[in-house]
Amino acid sequence: MATLNQTISDAQGHASLVRRNKNQDILIAGLGMLILVIAISTLLAMFLDLFITGLPRLQDPDFYMSFPSRKAEQAGILSAWVGTILVMIVTAAISIPLGVAAGVYLEEYAGSNWMTDLIEINVTNLAGVPSIVYGLLALGLFIYAFGMSETVLVAGLVLSLLILPVIIVSTREAIRSIPEAYKEAAIGLGADQWQTTYAYILPAARPGIITGAIVGLSRAIGETAPIITIGALTYIAFLPNAPISGDFPFINFDWITSPFTVMPIQMFSWVSRPQAEFQINAAAAGVVLMVLTLMMNAIAIYIRYKVRHKD
Amino acid sequence: MTSFSKSIGMMKNVSTTAEPVATKRTHSAPPPASAGQEDTWLLEPEEELRARVSDLEFWYGDGTQAIQKLNMPLVDKRVTALIGPSGCGKSTFLRCLNRMHDLYKGVKYSGEITLMPENVNLIELDPMVVRLRVGMVFQKPNPFPKTIYENTIAGLRIRGIKKRAVLDEMAEKSLRQAALWDEVKDRLHQSALSLSGGQQQRLCIARALAVQPDILLLDEPTSALDPIATARIEDLLNELEGQVTILMVTHNMQQAARISNYTAYMYMGQLVEFNETDALFTRPKCQRTEDYISGRFG
Repeated sequence: MATLNQTISDAQGHASLVRRNKNQDILIAGLGMLILVIAISTLLAMFLDLFITGLPRLQDPDFYMSFPSRKAEQAGILSAWVGTILVMIVTAAISIPLGVAAGVYLEEYAGSNWMTDLIEINVTNLAGVPSIVYGLLALGLFIYAFGMSETVLVAGLVLSLLILPVIIVSTREAIRSIPEAYKEAAIGLGADQWQTTYAYILPAARPGIITGAIVGLSRAIGETAPIITIGALTYIAFLPNAPISGDFPFINFDWITSPFTVMPIQMFSWVSRPQAEFQINAAAAGVVLMVLTLMMNAIAIYIRYKVRHKD
Repeated sequence: MTSFSKSIGMMKNVSTTAEPVATKRTHSAPPPASAGQEDTWLLEPEEELRARVSDLEFWYGDGTQAIQKLNMPLVDKRVTALIGPSGCGKSTFLRCLNRMHDLYKGVKYSGEITLMPENVNLIELDPMVVRLRVGMVFQKPNPFPKTIYENTIAGLRIRGIKKRAVLDEMAEKSLRQAALWDEVKDRLHQSALSLSGGQQQRLCIARALAVQPDILLLDEPTSALDPIATARIEDLLNELEGQVTILMVTHNMQQAARISNYTAYMYMGQLVEFNETDALFTRPKCQRTEDYISGRFG
């Protein structure tokens, strides 16, 4: 009898335990959902607000194909979006190879000594330095010390500096997440460090590295402060020379040394105007900038998807 | 007899009960009346050797000594099994043979692992040179996230072989050797990760065989596999006998008994007994071996 009672009370104990755990699950799931809804609806509300405000200009094809103008209804973002894309190309071309190389070095080659520790601490700290400080650095170093002018190249350089820590850290994390088994398999076959890294570790780490690079570039695309600091112009009524032309040698790099403006600067200059019409332009430019960023993220997701399903 | 008495010189506390060296899996001599009297026992095989381990000692980076004065022959083109309780140093010993430990800092070797017939000490070679000659298959199947074909020829690529015809030929040859060809010949260019665990492990064996290693090391190759996949790997290893020199760590004594020609029993970083497999399991020379194989401990 005693055992039976014991069993029953145990069963009741279990039932209440299970109930409590289930309630906890529901609570956590509900909380997560709530946070998600708040985050997404904030983003959507912002985007919609911009979209509705900017709609009149967004519908106008001339908006995308015109230079800035003193008249709000004629002003466009041609030089801004071209500038943004060119600056992003330079930034990507500099920061991705450098950042990945630095990450690979720190993770695979560097021994663990005080030098590496120092570099590591610095890299992590650099990720938290305000962007305007990078702007001041670029102003002092590239513009004054090296005598460069406010060109696409300098903008690309400063944005590269800005996002290098992001790319380095994410490269290291991507490499670290690769199972030691791949490395041992390659080393066990007689591969040297570089063969192992290049042929086996980097391909396996590619999705993580690409994600890091895109996160970095997404940050760079919206940066205004460092670019204003180096003295980028807000009124550009011409385009840099096209990189590809019909004449020999077909490709030129004049655009790298060309003055430029970018989307955030264009927005900033419009927002600071008193006229209400320019606010519409700014909103429309904001929508375009967000679409550009989302497109970059979409490309990253697509690449990751491809990579994941190819192997 | 001469080789046998030579081995006695390398042992401590060995009685002189001489016994003809038995050939593989035949009992040419009756079991001695008092099995299990020796402290250590090292058979000197009459067959040709591929390597000889002499007084090998190994320390990890933290200073722990994992291998102590280990002596052991490795017979050419035969399967040798390493058995022993967890933590006895069998995997550590295995990884000495392709210098896998050199990936990690502060490790230290002493003694010799002499590769025959060249008579070079593997401990003094560049680890990368060693790994080009001594292949390894790991406990968990670890194919690269690449195609089956690319996995098979990975070692050849590392050696800089680019000729398509050679690569194709070697891929087929080693996949056949690993008894995988019929299952994968129609999908060589699919991901290796689409294979089952057992197939992946056979792919890893094919990958190791493709470079025609002097010695193939297997570190518990079936411990992550189900019984059917295990049986296939065991069949494969039986077929490889006579073609490749294999040293295999296994936790499974039945497996050692089924597929190996020679067996070494290790305990606490030391070799207790090296003998022909049948002899070790039926008439162990050492009490400690008998205790282990009869399940009295371990």
